[in-house]
Amino acid sequence: MKGKIFLVIKREYLARVKKRSFLLATIITPLIFPTILGLFLWIAMSDVSPESRKFIEVVDENNAYFLENNESFTFSYGGLNREEARELVNDGDRFGFLYIPELNLDQPTGITFYSEEIAPISMITSLEAALKNKIEEFRLFASGIDPDVLSSLKTNIKISAVILGEPGGERVSNSVVNYAVGFLAGILIYTFIFVYGNQIMQGVIEEKSSRIIEILVSSLKPFQLMMGKIIGIGAVGLTQFLIWILLISAISSLVVGYFGMKMPQQELMEMSGQQDLLPGAGQEGMVEILQMVQGIDFIQLTLTFLIYFVGGYLLYGAFFAAIGAAVDSPSDAQQFMFPVTIPLLIAYMGLFIFVLDDPNSNVSFWLSIIPFTSPVAMMGRVSFGVPWEQLAISIGLLVAGFLFTTWLAGKIYRIGILVHGSKVGYKVLWKWLKDNS
Amino acid sequence: MNKSYGTHVALKDFDLSVDQGLIFGLLGPNGAGKTTFIRIVNQIIDQDSGEILIKGQPLKMRHVRNIGYLPEERGLYKTMKVKEQLLYFARIKGLSKQDAIERISNWLEKLNLIQWKDNKIQDLSKGMAQKVQFIATVIHQPDLLILDEPFSGFDPVNAEIIKNEILELKRKGTTIILSTHRMESVELLCDHIAMINKSRKILDGPVKTIKNQAKTNQFRVKMTVEDQTNVPPWGDVVAGEGHVEFTISLNGQQPNALLANLMQYGEILGFEEIVPSIEEIFIQKINESDEG
Repeated sequence: MKGKIFLVIKREYLARVKKRSFLLATIITPLIFPTILGLFLWIAMSDVSPESRKFIEVVDENNAYFLENNESFTFSYGGLNREEARELVNDGDRFGFLYIPELNLDQPTGITFYSEEIAPISMITSLEAALKNKIEEFRLFASGIDPDVLSSLKTNIKISAVILGEPGGERVSNSVVNYAVGFLAGILIYTFIFVYGNQIMQGVIEEKSSRIIEILVSSLKPFQLMMGKIIGIGAVGLTQFLIWILLISAISSLVVGYFGMKMPQQELMEMSGQQDLLPGAGQEGMVEILQMVQGIDFIQLTLTFLIYFVGGYLLYGAFFAAIGAAVDSPSDAQQFMFPVTIPLLIAYMGLFIFVLDDPNSNVSFWLSIIPFTSPVAMMGRVSFGVPWEQLAISIGLLVAGFLFTTWLAGKIYRIGILVHGSKVGYKVLWKWLKDNS
Repeated sequence: MNKSYGTHVALKDFDLSVDQGLIFGLLGPNGAGKTTFIRIVNQIIDQDSGEILIKGQPLKMRHVRNIGYLPEERGLYKTMKVKEQLLYFARIKGLSKQDAIERISNWLEKLNLIQWKDNKIQDLSKGMAQKVQFIATVIHQPDLLILDEPFSGFDPVNAEIIKNEILELKRKGTTIILSTHRMESVELLCDHIAMINKSRKILDGPVKTIKNQAKTNQFRVKMTVEDQTNVPPWGDVVAGEGHVEFTISLNGQQPNALLANLMQYGEILGFEEIVPSIEEIFIQKINESDEG
């Protein structure tokens, strides 16, 4: 009989893997991430190119506020009056002009920006910041501070967060990177459960409505058929996932590599070669990100991902199988989707509202312990570091959880798969559950 | 046995005995309870009361593995190829891979499907898919074959092919239960029939006995008449070209005596007993039981 379960698994697996749609989804999906990444990098790079810099005419009645050009703005001081500046803008020679009236340093008001198009808020904000700096400098100067002292006071500061561990084993951490990893892993599990759970349901409905089941039940126990289907489809998911990992990492490194070469931070890229995990001051940007990514324990992450992926899939897969067995057509399945969708949605929302925000809060803890939410919630915590005893409890409960749901679903499946035409509601399901014959 | 679904009674005090090695026809209008009976035999559903014995032993799952079942609503995986599909069913039913492959190609050859072996079921005509389903049913050489409407969806040529295969299986010793409302196939194939109407058995017996019991002792006569003024005085006479035809009742005589009597009037061209077809018996019995 064990050999027969294997036959079912093999059929379910091959029937899906051989489909053209599987091949397409498997190849196209990983292309999406690098494409988006590439697109962002491309946009980011073309944004700092000189063509997209905004030319801004400054009409300064004080003749004192000389703003420095930067990546976004080029300021010109033509000593024009407002009307002349307006003409320049109308002709399209300037994006806009900044009017600075004679300022009272204690109460600087009346500064105005004129432009044809609506000026982006970010632009106004950075203009404000630049002017604020200037005005503050003037005030400090007015209160008698030497400009040399002033410039020597200016400093840039950056805090690197380090997780304490074994001496020498400190890892550079950054909540943004952890957030991204937890976010991605959680969403992936959530999506996988839904996509592959649905495939289970569709498959069960196909066998039921076409009466294939009536030919099979004489040779197989319904439970074997259900488990065979769940495991077979799960194996498809794992296969797809493994192919994705390979493709994404290959293509992403190509894309990042290609753009990395052309980026102005090229020299920073080169510095990433050094193995010192504790960055000195002044190392920024790419190096730091790379170090933080290196700081993540990928083996642990992949391992826990696989455990929660398989566990969560088995837990919910059994439900999807039971729903498929209880109904005659996919449209009837809607009424039973509720109990499956709600806990998954709670896990999904919990991931954003609680877990990623504070991975060690009480709510986060419980969400990552309860088997119905733990596959999604725990993935949000893992990259931040979770005590092993919590992981053990959570995984143990998850195993117990899917054994329970499989047992429960098996009872519904066994009867439902052979019942046709009758309206099945929750009452009927309850009767099937209590039926022990 | 008895079986009901909620308030609906599907089988009421139903009993049946099927002899080994024969073709047993299960007849009845739609909704009479035929499929319920078949599903109980296949252990797809349980009876409420009663028991089923196979060769004297209570029916168990291991017996069901020796049953080939062709459900009325045919089921195949639409996107699977013919050969793969048959291999799957054969393996599930316990055949070794090698055995299965050999038998599948034999059957595909036999039913003219060999050139379709790598096509998906959804690309096949309905008749071809039915043939594939038939192969899936018999591939493990079951001792008992249960065919629910085996001829539906077949054109006359293919129905004939399937009929011959069924007879071939019988020759090899397979016991076959045939559920159908195609009466002409019943008459040609079945040794024994049972009729079900409204969840009860209303008729059960060998085809020959049933037909004998239904005899009306009437004969159809076709003859030439020497003297047109001296016509036999019985029945409605239909005049043909140079002959007449009529129906005549035995009225207690032996057929030979009647024949001798008729010979006095001219030359007998045809003398045939009128036996109602199973279809006529079927309709009559259904009407009787509906009225009763």
